[in-house]
Amino acid sequence: MSPAAPGSTGKPASPARRRFLLDAARTGGGVALFSVGLGLYTQQAASLPALALRPPGALDEPAFLGACVRCGLCVRDCPWDTLKLATLGEEVATGTPYFTAREVPCEMCEDIPCVKACPTGALDPALTDIDDARMGLAVLIDEENCLNFQGLRCDVCYRVCPSIDKAITLELQHNPRSGKHALFIPTVHSDACTGCGKCEKACVLEQAAIRVLPARLARGELGAHYRWGWKEKQKAGGSLVPPDQEHRYNLPRGERYDYEGKGLIMDETDQAVPFARNPLDTLNRGLEEQR
Amino acid sequence: MIRDRHPGAEAVAQKGWLRAHAWLLARRTSQLSILALFLLGPWFGVWIVKGNLNASLTLDVLPLTDPYVLLQSLAAGHLPEMTAIAGALIVAAFYLLAGGRAYCAWVCPVNMVTDGAHWLRERLGISGASRLSAATRYWILAATLILAALTSTLAWEFINPVSMLHRGLIFGMGLAWLLVLSVFLLDLLVSRRAWCAHLCPVGAFYSLLGTRSMLRVRAERREHCDDCMDCFLVCPEPRVIRPALKGAAKGIGPVITSANCTNCGRCIDVCAKNVFRFGSRFGNRPDTPGQSTQHSPGVEVLR
Ligand code: SF4
Ligand code: SF4
Ligand code: SF4
Ligand code: SF4
Repeated sequence: MSPAAPGSTGKPASPARRRFLLDAARTGGGVALFSVGLGLYTQQAASLPALALRPPGALDEPAFLGACVRCGLCVRDCPWDTLKLATLGEEVATGTPYFTAREVPCEMCEDIPCVKACPTGALDPALTDIDDARMGLAVLIDEENCLNFQGLRCDVCYRVCPSIDKAITLELQHNPRSGKHALFIPTVHSDACTGCGKCEKACVLEQAAIRVLPARLARGELGAHYRWGWKEKQKAGGSLVPPDQEHRYNLPRGERYDYEGKGLIMDETDQAVPFARNPLDTLNRGLEEQR
Repeated sequence: MIRDRHPGAEAVAQKGWLRAHAWLLARRTSQLSILALFLLGPWFGVWIVKGNLNASLTLDVLPLTDPYVLLQSLAAGHLPEMTAIAGALIVAAFYLLAGGRAYCAWVCPVNMVTDGAHWLRERLGISGASRLSAATRYWILAATLILAALTSTLAWEFINPVSMLHRGLIFGMGLAWLLVLSVFLLDLLVSRRAWCAHLCPVGAFYSLLGTRSMLRVRAERREHCDDCMDCFLVCPEPRVIRPALKGAAKGIGPVITSANCTNCGRCIDVCAKNVFRFGSRFGNRPDTPGQSTQHSPGVEVLR
């Protein structure tokens, strides 16, 4: 605490110098500690919860967190009040824009005002066609409660989709429960689904059976070494494992299998069979005479 | 212990209350009007300014960006779009002229919080020597940029009470008020002007921006100083006054050149002798007369 004597600066460990070094070390240490804390906190706070979706055109989450300055201009220009800025205490990184599909989905504005409003490029201005947006991917997550999976014709998620018949289709399946009806299975296609969340918002259940998830949660990924044999074959224009032998089915004479075509074919022309086609005919023979 | 003599009392007696608070009032008006401009939209649907202090758009044409936030973004490895860069250049150009830390005194919403804490601290007579170094903020400033680079995110923006308070008022607070409260308590209990004058990296950044700024406070009539110490008591960065006010003998000119002067003008208000005025940084002639008798006003008064 004693003031430095004037002219003592030349000596290596004058009190003033020592004090300066101590103070610097103390401050530096404190700030280093603070930085480690903040660094760890940001790593935790940066993880996006599953149901929070970024606006259209948002860069990949890590890049987005380095690009978005948390200004809220996108929020202001969203005509549907879809977007909001996360506040401290929410699970989304403080100040960054997001929306929750079940609350207010994205209406897929044709002029994409949110992207136009973004001054930083955190929402990529290269996105000019809203159909190219990938805010997430709808997943029919609960087959046990989805009405269509039970054989009913709810279809609501399908009907509300702005990209109906491209992003989501109804695929027909046999209904094994009733034995005579069809199931109309809502099926999402990742090549067209923008993740707007209108389906999730509209699902008639208490809790939506279809939900938009961030791609990282919604999609699987093949191992880099994995190849689909038939696609490779198609690409190559022929079999890649010679010799490409034609598959033979061990079928009775007069029956053929048309692979990828009609299926089982019975040649009607070949009648040189010693037995009746219908085994019942043989059994009923005697009975007919009794009658 | 309640302070018996209020700093500025003499100025009030001499110049009248209004003139002794002129710059303080102007400053509060500025801070509140800026906030009001941002709030007109969400509260009344009058969209003059959109966004918040980090980035905004005025009248749909003028983009403004906080250069410090943009610098963090650059450090994080993102090259922003032209709009944000242009906005940051406009803001930087303004503060290069007007004094970087004018941001602190005239714009920043936290200033009202820390001024409030300081006022209460004085009222309650809370003292206690600060062990915080005034340079800490520059360390923190560097740390925020390094962290941005290491984490590729705007790490500081996760906890920045400055942007959080402003954004909170406009977009919704959440728990951000807890952070603001911490800053208030820090300034009230831990150390005099702990946040703005020691820790805040936003202020530190703006001080660097304003090192060569044109608009400066000048102790033009320093020979009239009667060592009442009022300016030191009200100044958020008392260190900056001394060279200009007392440096005549050492050949130092009357301009307060330190980048940490916030251009708040409070010293002008409280000086009964009208020593200070706003001016330019030019003509900082050391031969501007100083006091005939050299007192040595101790900085310990400030502790
Ligand atoms: S406009 Fe861009 S920078 Fe601003 S909050 Fe939205 S995404 Fe972030
Ligand atoms: S999220 Fe749903 S509504 Fe939106 S595009 Fe995808 S399937 Fe359609
Ligand atoms: S709206 Fe819901 S219940 Fe109806 S079909 Fe779609 S997912 Fe199933
Ligand atoms: S010197 Fe004057 S203008 Fe500068 S910070 Fe101090 S009181 Fe304010």
